Amino acid sequence: MLKKVRVGVSAAACVLITFYFIDFAELMPHYFGWLARVQLLPALLSRGVLAVVVAWLLLTLAVGRVYCSSICPMGIFQDLVAWISRRAGKKRKRYRYRRPRVVVRVLALVVPMVLFWTGFPLLLGLLEPYSAYGRMVTAVFKPLYMAGNNLLEAFLSLFNHHALYRVGIFVQSLSALLVGLLTLAVIGALAWRYGRTWCNTFCPVGAVLGFLSKYSLFRVRLDADKCTRCGACAARCKAGCIDSKEKRVDGSRCVACFNCLDTCKFQALSFSLAARRRAGVGEAGVADASRRRFLLASAATAVAVPGALAAAPLKLVTGTTERRKQFPVAPPGAVSYEHLSSHCTSCHLCVSKCPSRVLKPAFMEYGLGGMMQPTVYYEKGFCNYNCTVCGDVCPNGAIHSLTTEQKQMTQIGHVVFVEELCVVITDGTSCGACSEHCPTQAVTMIPHRDGLTRPHVDTSICVGCGGCEYICPVRPLRAIYVEGHPVQAERAAFTEEEEKEVIIDDFGF
Amino acid sequence: MDRRDFLKAIAVAGATITVKPSEAMHILTQRSQGPATEGPVDMVAVMGGEPEAMFQKGIEELGGIRQFIRAGQRVVVKPNIGWDKRPELAGNTNPALVAEIVRQCLGAGAKEVVVFDHTCDECRKTYKSSGIEEAARAAGATVVHADQESRYRPVSLPLGKSLKETKIHEAILDCDAWINVPILKHHGGANLSISMKNYMGIVWDRPYFHSHDLQQCIADVCTFSKKPVLNVVDAYRLLKTNGPQGRAVSDAVLTKGLFMSHDIVAVDTAAARFFNQVRNMPLDQVGHLANGEALKIGTMNLDQLNVKRVKL
Repeated sequence: MLKKVRVGVSAAACVLITFYFIDFAELMPHYFGWLARVQLLPALLSRGVLAVVVAWLLLTLAVGRVYCSSICPMGIFQDLVAWISRRAGKKRKRYRYRRPRVVVRVLALVVPMVLFWTGFPLLLGLLEPYSAYGRMVTAVFKPLYMAGNNLLEAFLSLFNHHALYRVGIFVQSLSALLVGLLTLAVIGALAWRYGRTWCNTFCPVGAVLGFLSKYSLFRVRLDADKCTRCGACAARCKAGCIDSKEKRVDGSRCVACFNCLDTCKFQALSFSLAARRRAGVGEAGVADASRRRFLLASAATAVAVPGALAAAPLKLVTGTTERRKQFPVAPPGAVSYEHLSSHCTSCHLCVSKCPSRVLKPAFMEYGLGGMMQPTVYYEKGFCNYNCTVCGDVCPNGAIHSLTTEQKQMTQIGHVVFVEELCVVITDGTSCGACSEHCPTQAVTMIPHRDGLTRPHVDTSICVGCGGCEYICPVRPLRAIYVEGHPVQAERAAFTEEEEKEVIIDDFGF
Repeated sequence: MDRRDFLKAIAVAGATITVKPSEAMHILTQRSQGPATEGPVDMVAVMGGEPEAMFQKGIEELGGIRQFIRAGQRVVVKPNIGWDKRPELAGNTNPALVAEIVRQCLGAGAKEVVVFDHTCDECRKTYKSSGIEEAARAAGATVVHADQESRYRPVSLPLGKSLKETKIHEAILDCDAWINVPILKHHGGANLSISMKNYMGIVWDRPYFHSHDLQQCIADVCTFSKKPVLNVVDAYRLLKTNGPQGRAVSDAVLTKGLFMSHDIVAVDTAAARFFNQVRNMPLDQVGHLANGEALKIGTMNLDQLNVKRVKL
């Protein structure tokens, strides 16, 4: 029964959040954003929903790692892989007890966290399960979904049906695709062979919740009197946490999947309160030893990491043909590089949801530590003046949710005009593409010669949307581009001309 | 003599006139013009009504929609849906006008009416905020996206000067008739954006236009062999400043005008003169008009045409 509930909730949660990520046609209403906002680390970082964090911690103390079991999409994804793997071979796969890897686990928690708080978010972003899942889905699954849409669209249009529309599929960032594929390969392979090894070895969220779940009120308990050491339960335990020889369940690694409960012919396993604990049986021995190691390792890494971090910042050369900007552009509402860096775990929900496809995962734009965090680029589009989607969906509070009015006042960068490259100057022909795309008229056309007009920029009212850069026809380097602002500012107000009433009552010809 | 021959004759006649008419002559010719005030109407200018009413009146003056659309035809109505702007901001064609044209085409027995534009802002946003997607669908049109290059096919433009070939959207290439429905706007690049400029919404590669003499390329693309059966210029609201997007309601003026003609240069000239009542914009600075006339796709000399002016 418990297992059925778990499977039902997990399947729903995973399907919903996966679809929320890949849903380019916006079929799912915006309020489904809570699926991302209830994730533990995003909730912690956004600080706005601390109640969610407290709720998860209390729930874990009450009934164990149901978060890992039914909310974390990466956990559910691994269950799915393991489920397929169990049925794939001729012989059904049997799990076995694996010894706890406490030191690795502690390192996987402490090192990324310390790095994160000292300004190097990359590692935590890579290990944090929700974000890793988001990146994987955005880079790998979403293009597949879009390709499926295009196939179906082609099929329907044979019958003159136009309910669907074709979408462009392209690799926005090679590095993000590689990271996504690597995540899929590593976590997928681990899940295929060993079940939930990732969660109990490398996952920082799993480490925190595991520390609590050891002391949960309700947890899977093994009655030593009834147990015959047959090992049937351990063979089903994808967390590898049931030691049937010693008649012990490692509550720290149990992900509350309840698969084991029905396997025991002697009803030795139960999900119950601690009341029936008896001397000499249980988890106490393991717990004390591992706690000691946990605390020791924590202290050691906390001391060691900042030193290692002081090493010189890495600067790698990027292979793009684009202009090397002095400052990358951060999404509107990201406040500053610093704010983005200290809140974003690179789940790529903003990247996936951006309707203008102007967000991409950074490579070296923000430095090595900021790799995978979103940056604005103008190759495939420009930032829509009225759009606030990235901030609306960000579950981490890394990109603040702006009103349309705030968004239209937010300066994420400023325009730079390179006169000697402009086609009006070089060819003496009219163009005006930049001004045409400028929503604030920070780029206007002023008289040049022979009735021609040339661009003129007013950076004070520029929002940095990049319409001008996107559309400028000059190559290889564009004649107009946007430099980012390390700290986002507010643009100046428009100076509206005095309105005089115009009444037209004739045709004029 | 059918319409086309008539217009051809007019165009040739117009080209032979080398004297630039002055304002005084303008009035004279208008009055003394014999042949052009009789026979079929070449252009209709309507003022003072709602978009639907003005179109109904205008098309009636032209002999009804059946002069242009026949039963069983696949029709494209091509408005300007370039920007993520509400109708009040006059960045896109009036949705009520688009819907009325769609209704009339279907009423004339069109098999299908497709509405699309190659937008500048993201198309799902512009289709929605312009109100055109909703209005056109409600009127019975099929609204399609045009943001995928795979939907465009190359065509050659042997008469073009700067633009010899370009890729045009399949909806236009595959239709039996299309109606060009621009809005009258100030434009930072082309100075004015009317019917000829609206062609840029049926092509894929617009940056080529901008880097190869925009005013010439606009005229060149209008030499494409499949011409719109009718150009309907929406001047219900015109965008006087900060075009082609506009940034505030104050950039738009409620002028309640509508201009319709088969002659794309003529209808744009008329609309440009109308625009000049709101804001000065010398016609020689709207270079694509003269370039279009030089390519013989229409005339700027409105006095040669039978223009019907109607005030509602």
